Amino acid sequence: MARNKESLVLLIEVGPSMHGVLPEVEKVCCLLAEKKLIYGKYDEVGVVAFGTTDTKNDLTVEVGGYENVTVLRDIKVVDGALVDVLHQLPRGSARGDFLDAVVVGMDMMIKKYKETNKGKKRLCLITNAVTPTRLPYEGTKEDQVKTVAAQMMAHGMKMDCVVVRAQKDWDVDKKIVEENDFLLGLLSNKSSSKVYVGNATSLLGALRTRNITPVTTYRGDFELSYIMKIKVWVYKKTCEEKFPTLKKYSDKAPPTDKFASHEIKVDYEYRSIEDPKRVVPPEQRIKGYRYGPQVVPISSAEWEAVKFKPEKGLKLLGFTDASNIMRHYYMKDVNLFIAEPGNTKAILAISALARAMKEMNKVAIVRCVWRQGQTNVVIGVLTPNVSAKDSVPDSFYFNVLPFAEDVREFQFPSFSNLPSSMQPNEQQQDAADKLVQMLDLAPADGEEVLPPDLTPNPALERFYRSLELRSKDPSANIPQIDETLKRITEPDPELLHQNTAVIEEFCRSFELKENPKLKKSSRRIREKPTGSSEDGEGVAAAGQAMDAAEYPSQVKVEQDSNTVQEFEAMMSRRDSPDWVRKAFQSMKDKIYNLVEDSVEGDTYQKILECLVALRKGCICKQEPEQFNDFLRHLNKFCHERHLDSLSDFLASNNVMLISKSEEPESNVPETEARVLLLKEP
Amino acid sequence: MDIDPEDVFGDEDDPENEFYQERDATKEFLVYLVDASPKMFSTTCPSEDQKYVSHFEAAISCISVSLKTQIINRSYDEVAICFFNAKEKKNLQDLTGVYVFNVPEREDLDRPTARLIKEFDRVQESFSKQIGSKYGILPGTRDNSLYNALWAAQALLRKGSTKTADKRILLFTNEDDPFGNMKGVTKLDMMRTTIQRAKDAQDLGISIELLPFSKPDDDFNVSTFYADLLGLEGTNLAEFKALAVERFEDIKDQLRKRMFRKRKVRRINFIIAGGKSIELNTYAVVRPTNPGNITWLDSVTNLPLKAERSFFCSDTGALLQDPPKYIQTYKSENIMFTADEVSEIKRVSTGHLRLLGFKPLSCLKDYHNLRPSTFEVVGSTCIFIALHRSMLRLKRFAVAFYGNSTHPQLVALIAQDEIMSPSGQIEPPGMHMIYLPYSDDIRPIEEFHTDTNLAPRASEDQIKSASSLLKRIDLKNFSVCQFANPALQKHYAVLQALALDEDDIPDVKDETLPDEEGLARPGVVKALEELKICVYGENFKQEDDTMGSQKTSETSNKRKAVADNATKEYANYDWPKLADNGQLKELTVSELKHYLNVHNLPVGGKKEALISRILTQMGK
Repeated sequence: MARNKESLVLLIEVGPSMHGVLPEVEKVCCLLAEKKLIYGKYDEVGVVAFGTTDTKNDLTVEVGGYENVTVLRDIKVVDGALVDVLHQLPRGSARGDFLDAVVVGMDMMIKKYKETNKGKKRLCLITNAVTPTRLPYEGTKEDQVKTVAAQMMAHGMKMDCVVVRAQKDWDVDKKIVEENDFLLGLLSNKSSSKVYVGNATSLLGALRTRNITPVTTYRGDFELSYIMKIKVWVYKKTCEEKFPTLKKYSDKAPPTDKFASHEIKVDYEYRSIEDPKRVVPPEQRIKGYRYGPQVVPISSAEWEAVKFKPEKGLKLLGFTDASNIMRHYYMKDVNLFIAEPGNTKAILAISALARAMKEMNKVAIVRCVWRQGQTNVVIGVLTPNVSAKDSVPDSFYFNVLPFAEDVREFQFPSFSNLPSSMQPNEQQQDAADKLVQMLDLAPADGEEVLPPDLTPNPALERFYRSLELRSKDPSANIPQIDETLKRITEPDPELLHQNTAVIEEFCRSFELKENPKLKKSSRRIREKPTGSSEDGEGVAAAGQAMDAAEYPSQVKVEQDSNTVQEFEAMMSRRDSPDWVRKAFQSMKDKIYNLVEDSVEGDTYQKILECLVALRKGCICKQEPEQFNDFLRHLNKFCHERHLDSLSDFLASNNVMLISKSEEPESNVPETEARVLLLKEP
Repeated sequence: MDIDPEDVFGDEDDPENEFYQERDATKEFLVYLVDASPKMFSTTCPSEDQKYVSHFEAAISCISVSLKTQIINRSYDEVAICFFNAKEKKNLQDLTGVYVFNVPEREDLDRPTARLIKEFDRVQESFSKQIGSKYGILPGTRDNSLYNALWAAQALLRKGSTKTADKRILLFTNEDDPFGNMKGVTKLDMMRTTIQRAKDAQDLGISIELLPFSKPDDDFNVSTFYADLLGLEGTNLAEFKALAVERFEDIKDQLRKRMFRKRKVRRINFIIAGGKSIELNTYAVVRPTNPGNITWLDSVTNLPLKAERSFFCSDTGALLQDPPKYIQTYKSENIMFTADEVSEIKRVSTGHLRLLGFKPLSCLKDYHNLRPSTFEVVGSTCIFIALHRSMLRLKRFAVAFYGNSTHPQLVALIAQDEIMSPSGQIEPPGMHMIYLPYSDDIRPIEEFHTDTNLAPRASEDQIKSASSLLKRIDLKNFSVCQFANPALQKHYAVLQALALDEDDIPDVKDETLPDEEGLARPGVVKALEELKICVYGENFKQEDDTMGSQKTSETSNKRKAVADNATKEYANYDWPKLADNGQLKELTVSELKHYLNVHNLPVGGKKEALISRILTQMGK
């Protein structure tokens, strides 16, 4: 790990013009530090703020100048203190000069590492670049920037610039902005990237918070045919950044044991289904695949001998019109095909193909076997990625396509065959058109909102923030989702506000015939706690299947009036135990629906009747825990929805848990049975 | 294949949406009725490999192929095989001339088993002995084997309800006039009763299909008798012939492909704006197919095993029951979360699909993809159709946030218009939900290798010659699902061979290989040569070779050097003696590696591992 350690200096402008976005800058920098604490524990980070009121840096001492640049932290290994520094950036009062900051940052790097650590040194500049840079003592600004860039090159440093540009620019001098852009362009063109961001949400996504050294999935020939081959390298272009894998923790060790590992070991045991007492050692197992109702054992040796073994290589199958490949057939994360770096001829060949494909709107179909020994082939599509940047070679995006077996040919009714009541009329269509047009996230004159490339993952951000909070206070609650990140999960209120008229018209046009039953049932599913919903669903599904099979309409729709009778009727069926399960489940669903529907307690009486029936049923079938769990759950549910009045109502009508004395299967002692509804929160 | 996390939410029935829900029967019950009359044996037709086989053989091989496909594609469907015009009888009603073929451990109408397929493959050898062939409709008797066959088939299909199962009878025969031997009233009467029997079956929801064989000189005449039996009229009758041929081919060329029942992945609530929301049904239309679940077996008894997982505390050895807590080491401390808290963190939005806005299609880049898309259609259709049309017309897609509990994610909803072809629906109408990556998921690879210089760009000429190549190698009607997965097809072939104890594993054609012939066409070759000269230059050949060897050299030279060195060093030690005296452990790891290198053994691991590897190799 230490071999790959990155050293990074954050150069952050904190002058008055930046104050508006500094909270977001703090967030994104903290996130960066928090990720480093997990993924790059040996990385070293320094922090420089510029535009500060004070001045504190080596250069000002050594050579003078470089005012208003403060080194908040020298380059050292990441630790908790770094997060604290970044969490509370100073608000400066001076105008920041980003060039000064870059020079200070470079100086820190050079002093610390000299010639070593090449290629792993990164400067990260966050600025809005609206204040002019100082004139150098000699030469032009351009010359100075070029010298700086050359120095950076010589020391193998990279620089990422994040330039904050809000739409409503303060009255800044256009000329200064242009000049700064030009200078930044000089800097970034040579050694690395520059992003412009317009709003706070994008700012959170603009900074690469985790640095992953890319690894090729393939290096070798891309075979157009035996006549012509092109040397290519293949990398992953997108790859989901997962939650860190959390370790399971055991709290069984006595607290006095200082050396307890608290680890949990997982143990697998294989038992014969017919004779559960017999344990089979893992090496005695053999894989079996279903063939009709039977299972056919195939040993790995047999399998090895006969399995499909393609040769490694990339082969062109042909070109086809881009319109033949629909977007929704892309199967996986995306790869990037680039020509072998440094191989001019290969770069030219890729460039010629990419540009020709782009012009003619074609794509290439290729067959890939990434590694020798791979047991399957991948068919995919190459789409041209013609580079807009002069220094970046052209390349291809590669997307995996499905095989014939992967496409499920479901038939759906054609829209035009639907009855006219479902067809929108002209006015409705017009309202929809307007909505689609006006709720615009990519205005022609402005900047695209929520481009994937600049949109951070709100759940991950929340995780790292929780981690930081917990590290300070182990009892801290999970924080709410960040306001800025709400722009990702919810529509922008401002956008909605601007289009109030359009939305209202849209809503008016479609007087929705609500389907109350459907809405309710799906709401219920969502809000049931995750643990219980699964088995609940299973039961419901089984029940429904039985309905469909045998009694299509007999017990399917329960009328309010006879819920209890229906329930009792189902309970008394003896032809299958599933009826009992189904009866329980449908009764529980019914009760949840009633609870949700209740207005000022109008359904309480009904709920009470249902509960009494369910309770009786559970005692009768000797399943007291069914009822007890349900009642506890219902109680919690009421509490969450501020329906405490229901709990009180039930308690006053003597609805209580089934106790041991009533039903021996229960594990609730008599004394506790009544307590639940009264005491629990 | 990963288990789709959304699968947990199973199916839901929605009686209200019957219209949308056109109930698909979940199963198919099929009875193969094979005419075993002597006429089936006496006439022949050319088979694929140009040999002449009897009609009976052709029918048998067709059923056999179809069974082998079915057992993989839809193994829950049930079949029965039934011969009529047979000498022996074997059926529940004890009807003459009808023989229901079956194997032990199986009901007459049941799921196909390996044994059924295996024995059915061999049915011809024993046919004359066990079943025998005999005309069932002869003058002078009132026996009616066709009538009996239909009756037996109908009885077999009595099982299950037509609501859940498709019931079919597939009739193989080459006799277009089964009652030709009969005369007068008897003939009319027999025809009437037989047709009535067929009608009765059809009224019970059983469909009867006919697969006729034609004699070389005499076409099968459907209108003689069978048109009435099948209820064919007018144009249907004319089309029948063409279809029958097609159906034969279909049965033979079916791809082994597991069929999935159309079922909802999940119903989600799509919140549009201003309090308007609609329910969407989502379906998984494209998902990678895996070779099927592995069932672990005990290799001694071949009985299925069940895995039991248990958690132990490694400090105390106590068995843990409760869901454990989770920790993340952070700032060298253990930060603890409960499972609930982790899911709480992921719950950044409330399980709905929330519309955020619309963007032009050009904003959706080719690299904005993570997983296979999900298809959706809808409950309250009017709004959906309106939006669908608007999006298609304005060429825009919707951006929405999908608050799924495991992967809360931004998604793009792309409207897809229906595409029809004469043979049916190719693309159903609806929207495709495409999972968009976050900035954390996108890697700036393009810039990874940039250096200071400008990147070389192809010249106009080079682009032009590339264009002419593109025109040459053009896959005109490419469709994404034209290739079968060779690995999967091989898997099925192996499985079948093992299950049926077949000796040789059938060869599976790899359709994914490039069309060598096509690429060797002079036009293509010329275009390629031109592009090559244009881009690589005239005398590239040598350069290519040197480059090629250079590339391989880097790794292989190194390997070679190591090997050479090892051989040299290897000679310096008396390995057997060292091993015998237990002195191997006195050598250094790099010294030990000489031995391993020379003997082509893995060189990884700790010193003890190396030593034990050496000793094993020496046989000690």
